Amino acid sequence: MAVKDYIRQRFLPHMWCPGCGHGTVLNSLLRAVERLGMSKNEIVMVSGIGCSSRISGYVDFHTLHTLHGRALAFATGVKLSKPELNVIVPMGDGDALAIGGNHFIHACRRNIDMTAIVMNNRIYGMTGGQFSPMSGVGIHATTAPYANIDRDFDVVEMALAAGATFVARSTVYHAQQATDLIKQAILHEGFSVVEILSQCPTHFGRKNKQGAAADMMAHYKDITVPVGSKKKAANPELIERGIFVQKDAPEYCQEYDKIMQQAMKG
Amino acid sequence: MAKKKLKAHHIDRDWCKGCGICVHFCPKNVLELDDLDKAFAARPEDCIACKLCEIRCPDFAIEIETE
Repeated sequence: MAVKDYIRQRFLPHMWCPGCGHGTVLNSLLRAVERLGMSKNEIVMVSGIGCSSRISGYVDFHTLHTLHGRALAFATGVKLSKPELNVIVPMGDGDALAIGGNHFIHACRRNIDMTAIVMNNRIYGMTGGQFSPMSGVGIHATTAPYANIDRDFDVVEMALAAGATFVARSTVYHAQQATDLIKQAILHEGFSVVEILSQCPTHFGRKNKQGAAADMMAHYKDITVPVGSKKKAANPELIERGIFVQKDAPEYCQEYDKIMQQAMKG
Repeated sequence: MAKKKLKAHHIDRDWCKGCGICVHFCPKNVLELDDLDKAFAARPEDCIACKLCEIRCPDFAIEIETE
């Protein structure tokens, strides 16, 4: 099936701004699904609130557009009742890590088989460019006109600490790698987290004088290195991309199934 | 693997928002934006069908058809 067959074409052009990285994330995601040869009926996409979460409206899978930050909670319900379906949960940085931070760490801890995609543009775009927990010190935003003093954190490190069994990161510049990582994340049995750095030219780019969408995208080439690169040791500011962990651990739905079997015995 | 040959650039003018990502990242400088800020293939003969425009387009507006 062609990539375009997976989108609800009647809703395009989409609502994202010109040059928004989220469109590229959607592009990479659909290419991953296409390469896996999956049918529309075996995928459920659950999203929360925000620019990023509008993604579920554009894909022709089973889709749920839910509460802010609570996409993973809804997704957990879907997965437990229909474990045969593949659940994909795209979230923005604020949705996943601020409003839904608690859901995020506990979904990682449970190791339930679903794919969380964090579309990290380091700002709340939909509401007008407020800083998010991923913005970091020195970043300008509508709510930080004199620069932000809040420290950011690393999604990858947090997901690892919380117990996710597949953790990876890429950027929209590295669209081919992003496709490959999403593909592996979908195939992985357990909770997978893929962080994709994505540009917001309208708010983040404009407030921080990062230029046009294409310049912001090209910037990801300069600030990232593959995992284990020697350049990282020389310059700790660089962001690593690739797979950070991929391990087997008891999966939640399977464990739940065992408990059900045990209970049925009486 | 045989080299893929370009057949056509399909650009959806309704979906293209003129962000210029395809123009910026084309290694052969094939694409340009027109007066209405819509991408078009100015030098299609130079296209090597690498599809970097297609995989990065946020709007699904460009598709490269190969033979």
